[in-house]
Amino acid sequence: MKIGNFRKSVIMSHLLSHPNLLLVVPVRILSIIKFPNFLSLSATRVTVLLLLKSCDLLCVGTEGGGVYFLEVPSLSLKDNQTLLQDQITHSLPDDYRCGKSLGPVEALQEHPQQSGKILIGYSRGLVVLWDLSIRHAEQLFLGKQQLESLVWERSGNLFVCSHNDGGYSVWAVTSGNTCNHQPVSSTIPYGPFPCKAISKILWRTTQAGSPVLLYSGGMPRASYGDRHCLTIQQDKDHVTLDFTSRVIDFFTVHSVEQEREFDEPSALVVLLEEELVVIDLQTPGWPSMPTPYLAPLHSSAITCSCHISSVPPKLWERLVNAGKAQQSRQHTHRSWPICGGKNLAPPPKQQELLLTGHEDGTVRFWDASGVALTPLYKLSTANVFHTDCDPSDDPQDPSNDPDMQQEEEEWPPFRKVGCFDPYSDDPRLGIQKISLCKYSNKLVVAGTAGQVIVLGLSDERSDHFVDVSVVDLLYDREGFTWKGHDRLEPRSKPAPFPPGFQPLVVVQCLPPASVTAVALHAEWNLIAFGTSHGFGLFDYHRRNAVLARCTLHPNDSLAMEGPLSRVKSLKKSLRQSFRRIRKSRVSGKKRTITTPTSKVQEANAALAEQEEVAPVQRRIEPRSADDSLSGVVRCVCFADTFLRDGTHHGPTLWAGTNSGSVYAYALEVPGVGSGRVCERGGASESSVCVEAVLGKEIQLMHRAPVVSICVLDGRGKPLPDPYEASQDLAIAPDMTNAHSVLIASEEQLKVFSLPKVSAKTKFKLTAHEGCRVRKVAMVVFSSTAQEDYSEHTLVCLTNLGDMHLFSIPALRPQVRYDCIRKEDISGIASCVFTRNGQGFYLISPSEYERFSLSAKVLTEPLCFVQLDRPLEPTPTSDGTTVQPQANGTHKNQMGQAEGQTEEPPSCLSSPILDTPLDSPLSCADLTLDSTAELTVEDVRDFLTSVDEAENNLKNIKEEEGRSTGILIN
Amino acid sequence: NQQNHSTLTIKHHLMCVCCLRQFDAEYRRFALKRNGPGGFKEFYRLLQTIHHIPGVDVLLGYADVHGDLLPINNDENYHKAIASANPLLRIIITKREDEPIIFGTNSLQRRRKGLGLTSLRATGSGSTHSKGRSGLMIGPPKNFRQISSIIDVDILPETHRRVRLHKHGTQKPLGFYIRDGVSVRVTPQGVEKVPGVFISRLVRGGLAESTGLLGVNDEILEVNGIDVAGKSLDQVTDMMVANSHNLIVTVKPANQRNNVTHRRSKTSVGNSGSLGSVGSTGSAVSHDSQSPASLSNPITASNSIAEGDSDDGGDDDDEGDLILENDCLTPYDSHRVTNSTTMPDRDSLSNGPHSYTVGRPLPQSVSLPSNVGASLRDSAMMISSHNGNSTHTTSSSEESMREDSNVTAL
Repeated sequence: MKIGNFRKSVIMSHLLSHPNLLLVVPVRILSIIKFPNFLSLSATRVTVLLLLKSCDLLCVGTEGGGVYFLEVPSLSLKDNQTLLQDQITHSLPDDYRCGKSLGPVEALQEHPQQSGKILIGYSRGLVVLWDLSIRHAEQLFLGKQQLESLVWERSGNLFVCSHNDGGYSVWAVTSGNTCNHQPVSSTIPYGPFPCKAISKILWRTTQAGSPVLLYSGGMPRASYGDRHCLTIQQDKDHVTLDFTSRVIDFFTVHSVEQEREFDEPSALVVLLEEELVVIDLQTPGWPSMPTPYLAPLHSSAITCSCHISSVPPKLWERLVNAGKAQQSRQHTHRSWPICGGKNLAPPPKQQELLLTGHEDGTVRFWDASGVALTPLYKLSTANVFHTDCDPSDDPQDPSNDPDMQQEEEEWPPFRKVGCFDPYSDDPRLGIQKISLCKYSNKLVVAGTAGQVIVLGLSDERSDHFVDVSVVDLLYDREGFTWKGHDRLEPRSKPAPFPPGFQPLVVVQCLPPASVTAVALHAEWNLIAFGTSHGFGLFDYHRRNAVLARCTLHPNDSLAMEGPLSRVKSLKKSLRQSFRRIRKSRVSGKKRTITTPTSKVQEANAALAEQEEVAPVQRRIEPRSADDSLSGVVRCVCFADTFLRDGTHHGPTLWAGTNSGSVYAYALEVPGVGSGRVCERGGASESSVCVEAVLGKEIQLMHRAPVVSICVLDGRGKPLPDPYEASQDLAIAPDMTNAHSVLIASEEQLKVFSLPKVSAKTKFKLTAHEGCRVRKVAMVVFSSTAQEDYSEHTLVCLTNLGDMHLFSIPALRPQVRYDCIRKEDISGIASCVFTRNGQGFYLISPSEYERFSLSAKVLTEPLCFVQLDRPLEPTPTSDGTTVQPQANGTHKNQMGQAEGQTEEPPSCLSSPILDTPLDSPLSCADLTLDSTAELTVEDVRDFLTSVDEAENNLKNIKEEEGRSTGILIN
Repeated sequence: NQQNHSTLTIKHHLMCVCCLRQFDAEYRRFALKRNGPGGFKEFYRLLQTIHHIPGVDVLLGYADVHGDLLPINNDENYHKAIASANPLLRIIITKREDEPIIFGTNSLQRRRKGLGLTSLRATGSGSTHSKGRSGLMIGPPKNFRQISSIIDVDILPETHRRVRLHKHGTQKPLGFYIRDGVSVRVTPQGVEKVPGVFISRLVRGGLAESTGLLGVNDEILEVNGIDVAGKSLDQVTDMMVANSHNLIVTVKPANQRNNVTHRRSKTSVGNSGSLGSVGSTGSAVSHDSQSPASLSNPITASNSIAEGDSDDGGDDDDEGDLILENDCLTPYDSHRVTNSTTMPDRDSLSNGPHSYTVGRPLPQSVSLPSNVGASLRDSAMMISSHNGNSTHTTSSSEESMREDSNVTAL
């Protein structure tokens, strides 16, 4: 589904501005405009379109100044109707004509009362009232200023045109007067200094009195020429809406019934480059309305995302309530003024959450249960720290912003509207990793400056002081100096936290490098986190750091230099100067639509260039141990498994690095014994600390970065999440048979047995396919045929954008789908999988594409749009348009992928289908391809050498002896 | 009868091997009766006296009719050498560098292996083109290891070459670059241009360059058995990097003049038993020396184990991920659990190292000398093929050694 791409073509937005005109229409016209015969008729470009209310005629204005008329819906050109410029010019007075062309057609407007009359505005300023039936210019309005747009007053007695110089003029239409020389009035609202053009103007009458005037642009060129503004004016009320992105178009929702005397605008809908903003025009003060859909995902750039399947109803309800409390502070309560059709999709079987982390330190919670992502709740982590803003000020509430209040007094009366704000106050606040425990309502959010925040859900507002624990990951390394950004300053005094997730404790990693991995085990009250320097383990219940381990290669001094990316000054003034630079003086003129021919030329030119440029070379070298960034921790995870020996399991922590190292720690968690979770509480618990003992270190020979680590139980299934087993929410893991650990590196997938780490199965993906693993997830595929049958599968997204599915633990390739374009690096990097075989990735900074690898779990837009106009010549049943797919840019690949998934996936229901290797159902036999790969791992015990092994033996014997001794005693 | 009376003219030179920068030669020419010294030992002593090097441990080699350098270290091949003289017999004497004591214990077999290696070096350095190369390092025999080989000569078309590069253990960079390009294919429809991947550059002193088997503009057809057609440059790069420890590339050499012809390879592969065939001798050497090498190597290998550094892992095949076990990690809370469950603990622990050594398969890198003697004229190739054989034993011996050390660790 489309979530927020507002960069629509201009033509489409023009049509959008027509009241009640539905999206179905522009889509059809856009496709037909490409007809070659149409293009050949007019070599000039289309500048403006007008569909008459009767819906039988489309007027097309062109850059050459001609107006063409097309019959609707056949879209055949009415040859004899075409109005070329010279038909107008001959009737002009000589002094106005002065030999110049009238310029492109800038505006076409139908007379509101008399059908068959249209107002044609030419760029030079001339406006013509054209009678279509008799093909005659009824009136001429000899404007002198370059024209930008036209709008009728409802009665048809007046029209308003806006100009290039930032002014607008009102013309009276009085019958009989064929040639008007002067407008009734002419105003430059933000004069007298030079102003920018008013690109569009609307004039809406109200019963109450003076008309509402709405126009975009017109700002004083020197001081505010870079703002994206829209002005609403009625009498003394004057508001300049200040947007963060370019205004593409806007329209009002008002009464369209002919019999009504006044427009009575109820809402203003503004389409911006990055978002859609709706202003309530009926409530005094013109507040904005929250959008129920089309909320901009990227109000601040998305830095990470996290998906939570089957959210417990309790948590869901509390989140919704917290979100409602937030919204009520900023928005009006009036209902959404736009009817966008009916949703036919059945209510979702389970609630799903998508969490997006943003550059400005916010985490947004989206309802991802259905097709549209709906904002639920927004968490800001900025107020945990002392930032440049006033510490007491709540950053979530723009009305408190001192900046705003200051601006309130200046002229023009700016008001910041919309939530798209690409400029982060402090890039260190950016969210890097999120982990949520849906059963305990604990959330861990980790950011760019090494901050790891543990939050708990609370329904009450609270003012409290947040503890900060510092974990120095380099405590045992001397001589390293961090040259990157500073850590974020903790607040010195208690801060107010609104209902929702409230911080419990902050763990600050030192050096404050960006957090690269995070894991939460709410049952053990532990969080693990990793940065480019090492990883740590923190007990948030007892508020103490359990472990800090440096993973840096001793020679790796480069990692200490800090992030290679920006370390910018964070002052607000700088931010604003950026804003100014960004906006060029050229306010987006519409004439830059690339035609297909120019694209071909571009491609040809690119090809020609390619041949001249020396070919790209790639060096072939094995990965070396001391590559920079080798110490970056790529993943951390918790597991209750067998690390020490084959009979006793217990809490373990696993961490994998960029250089193919895996560290496994055995944890002593008070109350969590070997295999049994003891009842919490009791005096002893608080006194005992969690301990971590290094158990194993695995160095993958190929040294590729470890992407993911997952422990598999005795049946080869991934271990359930914390609480799932203990609260009977999932099938308890098999603790009787030997466990294994799946380590996915960028190059290989490997399953090792536990506790003795020896390779059982592996798949060398890179060696076979030449692709590298980017994302890995354990996914449950349910059968469409059999209700109770499901399989655990490893899904693996590669740098080529394709999905490989592997059975576990056999690591047998099952299927492969193309999914993301391989050039779409940010798309691949943003991909997140759900538990049941779906996934999301960003196809643009503002849009998630949702895909499904599972035939069972589909999320498709099932909806219809009711049409009350006879637009469609082809009777599409009862006017019901069901769009099975409304996707944008990746139709081919996605279509392919989804097309394949429509069939029952071969791995589930039918073993005969196109599995590349052999029947996946016979997971047990390992006779085919992977046996060639299957080799016994060369395991070397470095620490357990001769003496140590003997010592171990001795120790065991001694302990045995002791224990028996105790028994005897 | 005639042979009995003819004498041999023997030319030899002496080289210092231990210090490779020095290269001083001494030539002696003398006559010898065909039935002169009865056996190898006598001959050996004779040479020592002639050169005034009594007590210096040397290795002997001779050039046979094919121009190959073959060892003299027992009566049998001594007689063979004598018989092959017509009438000139070139003997090459190489001073054996100081060996660790352990090598001395089994001098006869050790010598055999060492000779194989040194003779190779001698050929290489003797040839004019390598003489000109100043930077060529010549290492002591134990440092020789296989770095490359041509494989599958008999199944590949003549225009293709399959090269195996052994990265393991060497500090040398793999040392080549690849690029995109256009390859011309002849199809039934005519000549067709298809995108291809080519070697664009060889790094000076790198492994790829030093083998002489890969050249700039060679088209890469396969990487470790996987066709690269249709794959992007980045994909091929990733595949090569992923296989870099044991890279097998099939190339279509830009220079087709040095190609191995089928007929030739067939005969040598067949090990037809011709006396001077490098193939037969080479393989004999490698098979023979396997067991002694495994005995003689533990010192070096166990050193690296003791160090436990990551470079040691590099010697390994890809299979050998390094697993470090922490000895302070006691079996699971044996102090808490008071029942008999500690028994299995101990068992599993003590069993652990044992089972590591069990069932280790033969390394995949066993390269049978199918390629040996493929091109006798091309000295560079010959070096590599020779190298292949003898150093293969090194690597396999290290592996068997590792098992040894593990066993002793128990």
